[in-house]
Formats: sequence, C-alpha cells, structure tokens
Amino acid sequence: MHELSIAMSILDIVKDYAEKENATEVTEIEIELGSLSGVVSESLVFALEMACKNTISEKAEIKIIEIKAEAKCKHCNQIFELENYFAPCPECKNSGYEVLRGKELQVKSLKIEQ
Amino acid sequence: MCTTCGCDDKDNKTTFHLHLDHEHEHHDHDHEHTHDHFHPHHHGHDHNHHQSKTITVEKDILSKNQLLAERNRGYFEAKNILALNIISSPGSGKTTLLEKTIKALNHASVFVIEGDQQTSNDADRIEKAGAPAIQINTGNGCHLDAQMISTAYKKLEVAENSTLFIENIGNLVCPSLFDLGEQFRIVMMSVTEGDDKPAKYPTAFLYAQVCIINKIDLLPYVDFSMEKAKEYARVVNPKIRFFEISAKTLEGFDKWISWLKKPE
Repeated sequence: MHELSIAMSILDIVKDYAEKENATEVTEIEIELGSLSGVVSESLVFALEMACKNTISEKAEIKIIEIKAEAKCKHCNQIFELENYFAPCPECKNSGYEVLRGKELQVKSLKIEQ
Repeated sequence: MCTTCGCDDKDNKTTFHLHLDHEHEHHDHDHEHTHDHFHPHHHGHDHNHHQSKTITVEKDILSKNQLLAERNRGYFEAKNILALNIISSPGSGKTTLLEKTIKALNHASVFVIEGDQQTSNDADRIEKAGAPAIQINTGNGCHLDAQMISTAYKKLEVAENSTLFIENIGNLVCPSLFDLGEQFRIVMMSVTEGDDKPAKYPTAFLYAQVCIINKIDLLPYVDFSMEKAKEYARVVNPKIRFFEISAKTLEGFDKWISWLKKPE
C-alpha cells in the first residue's frame, strides 16, 4: 500500500503548481498511469481522495489515464500490447522484448480556478 | 514525502535509532515530520472574476524522491561508499545474510541502515555482529525512501571507503519503486518461498542488478526449481546476476563475498 505515499507526492506537485499560478482551487488532477508502473489505479484514487481533504484540491476530480504497456519483440520487431512480463510475442511466439511504454507515473495536467 | 501506508496516521512517525556504541540507553527518538499540508486561505472578498485554467504539468510523481536519491548517490560516490539496497519478503534471511557478511568481511568498514516498521531487533543483531547500525522505524510505512536514507547516513556517520548495506522493509512490492541512491540493488528470495516469486513480483526483479537465492541448504526438502526461478527472473531482467547461497551453512558464500569486494 505505497499508494498513499504516491498520493502525497502528487499533492506536493499539485501544491507547487497551484501556488505558482495563484490558484484558489484545483478542480481536476489528471494522472498518467502505466500498467507496469507498480501502482494500482483504484488504490491510488482512494488514497488521493483521502489525502486531498482540507487541501486546495479537496474538490478536485481525479482523472486517471491508464496506459497499456507496449513492447517491441527482439526477434521479429513486432510491436504488441504487453499484458504481463511473461507473455510471448503474439507474432513469432518468442520471448524477449523491449518495453516501449507502460511505466508512466506522472501528473499530466491540472485544472484550476484563479 | 509522507510514509504512511493507508492505516491510522496519527502515531505514525518515522524514528531513527542509532546503534553506534555498545550501550543500550541511547535510543534517539527523533521524529521526522514530513507532512506538508497546503492550507488555502481565502481572505479576499471580491473574487467575482474566477477564471478556470488548465495547466500542463507532465511531472514524474517520483521525481522528488529521484532527485534526493541522486544526491545520495553523488555523496556515496564522492566518499567512495559502496551502497547496496537489499529488498526481499519478510523472513527470507536479509539480516542473517548481513550478520554473516559482516563476519566474512572481517569487520572491514561496514555500516548498516536497518528498515523495519517496528522494533530495533535487527539493528541490535547487526551491532552484535560488529558493524555500526542505525534502525529506521517507519511506523506503518511500507518502504524506505531517499529522504530517510539521507537522514540516516548522516546520523550514522558512515566512513569514507566503506560498504553501506541498506536493509529495506520486508516487502517485495512497495520498496521496488523507490530509488534510495544505491549503486546496486539486490533482490533476495529464499527457496522456501517458491520458485515463482519473480513471476508474482516482477517489479522487484526488474530494477535489481543482483538476485540472491538463499536457504539452498533446504533445497532437498522443498519443491523449488532453481532453473525455473532463474528463468522467471531473466524474463523480467535478462542481465540479473545470481548468487545461490545458504547464509546459515555459508554454502556459496565465497562467490558473494568476492563479488562484494569487486562489484560490477
């Protein structure tokens, strides 16, 4: 359950940006979450909702953009959706690939009131 | 960074217990308060012209920890300190590994940062084995982070040209995401846990350079395929290096100690 710790880091970032913009309220926090990021979306939303209480983000809508992992096969160069680390290439059935995306863990954007 | 992990957060404070000398009345109780809460103060009375705005942020959530980790790494490199972050499930033998390693290194300059939710039992064991140790108690926290390490190595006064072991909280999930500034990350599993550990907890194996497989003296008594375990780990991380050891009988220990003296 490291999601609360991740949530606190998100709110640190949100606070920095909100202060810079003299925001009176944060109405939306958009987060990019890769399927290989090691963070569970539902737990993160739950943790964020708790952590947002009594902050400038109290009423913020939490938007999670889930990014499915993508890999490139080292044998046939096929690009495929990586459902888990142990899935072989759907084209040539070999294992061995390079992960192209799926590790994202980022605050993408904020909507604020000034 | 807050280290609370979902449970009650009132009594959850990270504490550091220094084990530098051999007396037992020196438990520092420093309480780290790292909870920044933003309190908006609406003092204005004529804010009738509210404007909505979208701000592009695109900032990695772990960037603050990453920055601190890089600072730690720079410090370790400048002081020629070999820092190793050991991650495993509870009970796979991290503390025993360290006790035996400290002895095998002949009490050479070794320091240990011990992470546990509660108690200073592990730091006491390390101290008995002959190395200065500091215990970090995270309360309910499930992992160590770069800030805790920064505080801990300063309190511990880690010497130049030494080896610093960081024994992370027994947990294969959360510690995987937090860089502490180590040069090498070591993931440890034991044969009693099953050979599919890397399949179940791939992230822990993904970012490690070394995998120690402990308790090989119990191999005859358990269903554990060494080949299968290594195969699973290599799918996630093809470059991972293995050491098969028994921290109890010291089987396979020579290779581990030789690597420690010249890690790569």
